[in-house]
Amino acid sequence: MTMIQALRSAMDVMLERDPNVVVYGQDVGYFGGVFRCTEGLQKKYGTSRVFDSPISEGGIVGTAVGMGAYGLRPVVEIQFADYFYPASDQIVSEAARLRYRSAGDFTAPITIRMPCGGGIYGGQTHSQSPEALFTHVCGLRTVMPSNPYDAKGLLIAAIECDDPVIFLEPKRLYNGPFDGHHDKPVVPWSKHPLGEVPEGHYTVPLESAKVFRAGTELTVLAYGTMVFVAQAAANETGIDAEIIDLRSIWPLDLDTLVNSVKKTGRCVVVHEATRTCGFGAELTSLVQEHCFYHLEAPIERVAGWDTPYPHAQEWDYFPGPARVGAAFKRAMEK
Amino acid sequence: MIAPPPAGPVPYEKDYALALLADMLRIRRMEEKCAQAYGEGKIRGFLHLYIGEEAVAAGAVRALKPEDNIVATYREHGHALVRGVTMNSIMAEMYGKREGCSRGRGGSMHLFDAGVRLYGGNAIVGGGLPVAVGLALAARMQDEARVTACFFGEGAMAEGAFHESINLAALWRLPVLFCCENNLYAMGTALDRSESQTDLCVKAASYGVQTLKVDGQDVVAVHEAAQEAARAVRAGGGPFFVEFQTYRFRAHSMFDAELYRAKSEVEEWKKRGPLHTFSARLKAEGKLTEEAFLALDHEANAEVERAVAFAEAGSWEPVEDLLLDVHSPEGRP
Repeated sequence: MTMIQALRSAMDVMLERDPNVVVYGQDVGYFGGVFRCTEGLQKKYGTSRVFDSPISEGGIVGTAVGMGAYGLRPVVEIQFADYFYPASDQIVSEAARLRYRSAGDFTAPITIRMPCGGGIYGGQTHSQSPEALFTHVCGLRTVMPSNPYDAKGLLIAAIECDDPVIFLEPKRLYNGPFDGHHDKPVVPWSKHPLGEVPEGHYTVPLESAKVFRAGTELTVLAYGTMVFVAQAAANETGIDAEIIDLRSIWPLDLDTLVNSVKKTGRCVVVHEATRTCGFGAELTSLVQEHCFYHLEAPIERVAGWDTPYPHAQEWDYFPGPARVGAAFKRAMEK
Repeated sequence: MIAPPPAGPVPYEKDYALALLADMLRIRRMEEKCAQAYGEGKIRGFLHLYIGEEAVAAGAVRALKPEDNIVATYREHGHALVRGVTMNSIMAEMYGKREGCSRGRGGSMHLFDAGVRLYGGNAIVGGGLPVAVGLALAARMQDEARVTACFFGEGAMAEGAFHESINLAALWRLPVLFCCENNLYAMGTALDRSESQTDLCVKAASYGVQTLKVDGQDVVAVHEAAQEAARAVRAGGGPFFVEFQTYRFRAHSMFDAELYRAKSEVEEWKKRGPLHTFSARLKAEGKLTEEAFLALDHEANAEVERAVAFAEAGSWEPVEDLLLDVHSPEGRP
């Protein structure tokens, strides 16, 4: 399956299993979603469970909070992550805090899906990776899969979770394991082992990171597209990097990170989002707090530039294998 | 022009009318005590008093059924009380005590109680509106005949959330009762300084919903309008917007010098006070004597004293419990 098919399969499984699951958003029903993630679901489950809403992000998320408080499990789509800003109040003040503020009387078991990341020349309003804006909000869970198998298992886990989950989908990975070499064709998921996705129900637990590539010389902390970019950088530099795919960005699986860095003694943090106050800053700080006496070199950070996502110079902004590989070398030289 | 005080016959049996009066009195006496406790530093943070507006909560909340949902604002003490949250539980929450309806985590602005389907005081202006629409959508999907009543001030109608919410509710014909408490001032900003269209019913009607404009100082008018609107919503007529024209006699919060309105205007509105005008009407009809009023007042004060004692005797949530309910208790799902 492609990641799109895997995400659709996850929603299909949950719509089938749980009558409380509903799926809605802009052009999600009739149209099947701008990236086709919900194609066919309205036909199968009817217009009361899979439906269209107006372009009304605050309304989409706010109604999901109300439905969640009532006992349903809404799965809503924000068409691009860049469009979530009008819904910020509903995400931060309502969804994230409902359980805490009502002392457990009400919860918001909702999943907010949004495609993120660059790579399709979308410019500054169709390319952003806003994960750090969510990880800063206590009460939310923020998740980003890097492949179809994880995407389906994580989405099912997110829908079953009683907390609000921000589910970020790197759109450049929808069709294949893009590794940053934008001038070469991407291998389709059908030819990649992680494109083998079971039909039925399974979960990838939240708060579980995965050792994506075992290695001995340094640890790479990455998620989403950067997992494959880091893999390319390891292959191209010959540095035996251990790549950790966080999968759940926050709350995260700290043990897996710490164990790896303690083993290798070196750490490179990679993300596509802008650098300053990006989630890499938190990762760097956590590694410093937990692994200081095991570190043999300063922690390296590779990220997008501190600029809006440029259109024409997209591939200069994007932290590709060359930039990531250079950071590997710096980490090894010191 | 300020309208003359509410007058005219009260179309209710004595007991029913006295229950409306008692609710208004309970809100009034509770909040007077809250103001005092605030001065003593026992209630801290923000405190937005409803004094002057009691007829709206008393008349509107009583028009709802137990199975209906309520979403309210940060000026929600009255709604919570009339809805059936105990005064003990409200006062303890005001004091920040663990015995409060939100375990002391919310305080004055964030009263929640699942038992009476109160989905929160909400201290973000307009923040509760989309949530209310979601509650109504969920109820309809489950084929449950619940009305979701959403209270908000006229200030919220300048927020995008209002427009998104009423659009969705009307588009999907959801059972939402939009209750606008128009007290003429969005904190310190007068209606004509915050709304391009000051006739709020005209604004709401443009979304294709039914509207009613009523005197929010007249508990009879409020109750009648709310019942009519709730009936229409329950019958499947889609959302209904009711504007309750009211006035707060106190400041916006406890930190407000009230420089935005004339003292004479406040005094004029006090002549339209919901309590004394309703009492006078009941007395004129022989449904209330001065002794009976004093007995009700005594009862309300006694309830307040019990609530204060309960709050004073309450405990603080242990600091080590503060991580509870940030996420679901099972942790890793």
